[in-house]
Amino acid sequence: MALDNRKIDELLRAFKANPYRVFVVGAPHTGYVREILVKEGDEVKGPSGKWLEKPGTPLFVLERERNPKTIRAKVNGVVSKIRHELHGKFVEAFEPILEIKHPLSQKEIIAEILREALHIVKAPEKARYFLSPELAQRIEKEGEGRVVVKPGDELAIMYFMKRETPILHEGPPMVVFRVFFSRGQMVEQGEPLFGLCTEEERPYLEKLIARVKEEWKA
Amino acid sequence: MRELQRYLNDLIDRIIYLQDIKGEDWEGLPAILSELNSLKENFYQITEKTCQARLEAIDNRLSLLEEQADKTLTPYETVKIVRNPQRFTLLDILENVYDSFTELGGEGEINVDPAVICARAMISRRVGDKIYMHQVIVIGHEKGHGEEFRNGGSAKPWGNEKALRYMRVAETEGIPIHFYVFTPGAFPIEDYPGAAQQIARNLYFMSKLKVPTVAFISEGGSGGAEAIALSDVRLMAAYGYYSVISPEGAAAIEGKLKEGQRPPRDLVEFCARQLKITAKDNLRLGTIDRIVPEPPLGARRNDYQFFKRLRYEMIRATDEAVLRTKSLKAFRSYALKRKSEEENPPDEFDVYVRWELSDVEIEKLLDLRSKKYREMSRHVLGLKKSPLKNYIEKSQDLGLRVYHDLRYGFLKQSQKMIQRVMEDISGEGFAFLKQLTEPLKSTYDLLGTKGRRGRAKPVVEEPVIEDVSELYVSPLALEDRTVTCPNAEKFGCQDIWVPDLYGEFCGVCPTCGYHFPLEYQWYLSNVFDANSIKEFNAHIASTNPLGFEGFDKKLALARKKTGRNSAMITFQAKIGGISLIVAMLIADFRQGTVGAAEGEKFIQACDRARITKRPFLAFIHTTGGIRIHEGTLGVIQMPRCTLAVREYIDEGGLYLVVYDNNSYAGPVASFLGCSPYQFAIRSTRLGFAGPRVIRETTGEDIPPDYHSAENALRRGHIQGIWDRREIRKKLYEALLTMGGKNLYYR
Repeated sequence: MALDNRKIDELLRAFKANPYRVFVVGAPHTGYVREILVKEGDEVKGPSGKWLEKPGTPLFVLERERNPKTIRAKVNGVVSKIRHELHGKFVEAFEPILEIKHPLSQKEIIAEILREALHIVKAPEKARYFLSPELAQRIEKEGEGRVVVKPGDELAIMYFMKRETPILHEGPPMVVFRVFFSRGQMVEQGEPLFGLCTEEERPYLEKLIARVKEEWKA
Repeated sequence: MRELQRYLNDLIDRIIYLQDIKGEDWEGLPAILSELNSLKENFYQITEKTCQARLEAIDNRLSLLEEQADKTLTPYETVKIVRNPQRFTLLDILENVYDSFTELGGEGEINVDPAVICARAMISRRVGDKIYMHQVIVIGHEKGHGEEFRNGGSAKPWGNEKALRYMRVAETEGIPIHFYVFTPGAFPIEDYPGAAQQIARNLYFMSKLKVPTVAFISEGGSGGAEAIALSDVRLMAAYGYYSVISPEGAAAIEGKLKEGQRPPRDLVEFCARQLKITAKDNLRLGTIDRIVPEPPLGARRNDYQFFKRLRYEMIRATDEAVLRTKSLKAFRSYALKRKSEEENPPDEFDVYVRWELSDVEIEKLLDLRSKKYREMSRHVLGLKKSPLKNYIEKSQDLGLRVYHDLRYGFLKQSQKMIQRVMEDISGEGFAFLKQLTEPLKSTYDLLGTKGRRGRAKPVVEEPVIEDVSELYVSPLALEDRTVTCPNAEKFGCQDIWVPDLYGEFCGVCPTCGYHFPLEYQWYLSNVFDANSIKEFNAHIASTNPLGFEGFDKKLALARKKTGRNSAMITFQAKIGGISLIVAMLIADFRQGTVGAAEGEKFIQACDRARITKRPFLAFIHTTGGIRIHEGTLGVIQMPRCTLAVREYIDEGGLYLVVYDNNSYAGPVASFLGCSPYQFAIRSTRLGFAGPRVIRETTGEDIPPDYHSAENALRRGHIQGIWDRREIRKKLYEALLTMGGKNLYYR
């Protein structure tokens, strides 16, 4: 995706028009919907606490084999589109019961934009990752979002069971816009390591993030 | 004028102190305070004579009020006296009671734990014209006068470890220890060495500490206090408190308050009254030996007369502890007793007692300590028997002791000794013969054409334990429904059909291994050999010794529900033919809390294991800690039971502890935590204090798995985690590996 001013406006307009994400809460398995514990317009909370140890707001009770199970909210938001007609009825697995309209936070919008706009380098294996010394030195000197990497440049070192494997940059020269891991962090396979963008896109991305920070409350 | 100013400031301090204790608005105190404040503001405008007269008038009024306050003091107000920043602390005692001291293991804030002070101190006594100096180790809590870093005297685990280190020093050097207890409770964190574990280690060590020890209690907050309070003589300040739980904590439990809710004052007052926490109550209950008198409304940091009294009492108590061990003591004991009857502390002593003990005297000291603790709290159980029954039981005990001493003591020891000698002789003979035959063998091997046939290795048969033939099915399994595993979201566990779960799966989730709680009867039927359980002491019943309002009903309900008299079941049983003694705490009876009855049953089971020379297993189905409704009579079970365990292990016993479900507080911090071999069944939670208490005390949140068995294993609290489905096999293996040849005594 090539970014320009028009694209930025378009993206922001899209987020402004609908700064929500709708989560459809369905039945995790078959069973009878015994009780619906929320009303339309109720605010619900997802799991909270430092370790997400406090469970979310109870939404409805689904019973299978005399085992009543309280289904709880996984995200914060406002309840809508409750299907009251299912109350007391048997439902199949994944049958939608209600929706939660989740207002996107500033952080989530930025993450969404970066997900769409950046070229992501993913972790090939579950291992510890270290920035390559040259790249680390350059980032320290020039600052994050300034360093350009060329094809064949070493991005990171994957370290697992005393085995070191370099991760090289492939493709056209790009700017290292975000580093998603800290030094020596254990990263799961498929998780993002780097977010890269082209030199031309960088100012637009910075501008976009600045505008989101400005226009959305933290 | 300066004198007058000081006089005025003293009066203001006295009013503030009185307000702190009796409440802001008590008996017109604000009016007197404002009068004093206006006097202070216009101090230089009025004449000296007028000022003096007005101050004296206020002083007289105040004295009357103080007298009245002292007479109407409630137990909760005593707690407030103890917590007041004007009250004396350990450093004041070290300054004023001892002639000189050197702090060990830290100084002020630069310290292993500033809440615990250890010091080497000198205390002197005058006998006639002569002055004698005694060396002692002083160990105690320091609350500090408003010093934040002292943590209010809440000892961290490493603070208690420091205390233990200097107890060892005292033992090595053979000098007495003076303990000073000024703690609202131990700091409830599990970081190494662990709050509960360290208190248990301290109690285990103190139970056989080979020097005379005296404890003085001003603020005795449950387990934290016990960590340094097991002693030969226990003194208590007249305005101190010694309790199983803070009145606020008890109110939160009694009132079933939610986290963060403040208990109402009335409820706190009620709990303080019910818990019997004052010095007089404790003396009546027999948990302390003597009360050290204090001036009205409690001693403060500048009450020098009190320090003089305390100095006298500490020397006298140490003398008593020492004299009890001596055979020649009648006159000196009399002299001490006579002096103690004087109202004011005497300046000089009539006698000098050397505080060093010989080996024989140390043995007597330990024996007396053991007897003293064993007798504590027994009176509330109503165990008095008719002389005939007593005689018969004693004869039976003697018979048992003689039989087992002969069977496993004399005969087995002789057999072992002969075996050892024979092994030595055969080992020596083999080594000697090998020297002679080795050259011949080598030559034979060199010349021989046939390859040497390898000797067949003897096959060592692994001991196999048979399963229990008749399978017990939990009543929980009789429902036709499914349940969800609590880890279903994390591990994607399927719903489990209840008859399967509580039947074939033994209450274990087949996907993630989560252990659902099971009733204690399941263990009785599935762990021990069929028909091998022989219960004893079932008649010893939990009582309501403090007359705690409403507790009789709760006890009756627990009795009706379980058909048992206490939360402790003690029995003799067999596992794979190995005979052992078991003490089991069950969840169904008051959440497995420990009171006088449970403690007594545990001690008697421990003694039976010692006499019959059997391994001893403590199986903790659940324990919620010490039963708060029994107050300090419950707390005292911690040192009592630990002492019994120490005597059992010292005599060569094998003591195993297995935790299940939830195990917290006092028992874990004493007679369970001191075991060298502790195991937990998977999904067990164990520790010192629950998450809520930790949050309220430390102000920090803890992760949800803070008390999990895995973390307990990681911290070194337990030695292994067992699967419930294999518990019988694991216990059998543990008995064989830990006991081995010495299963029936080392």
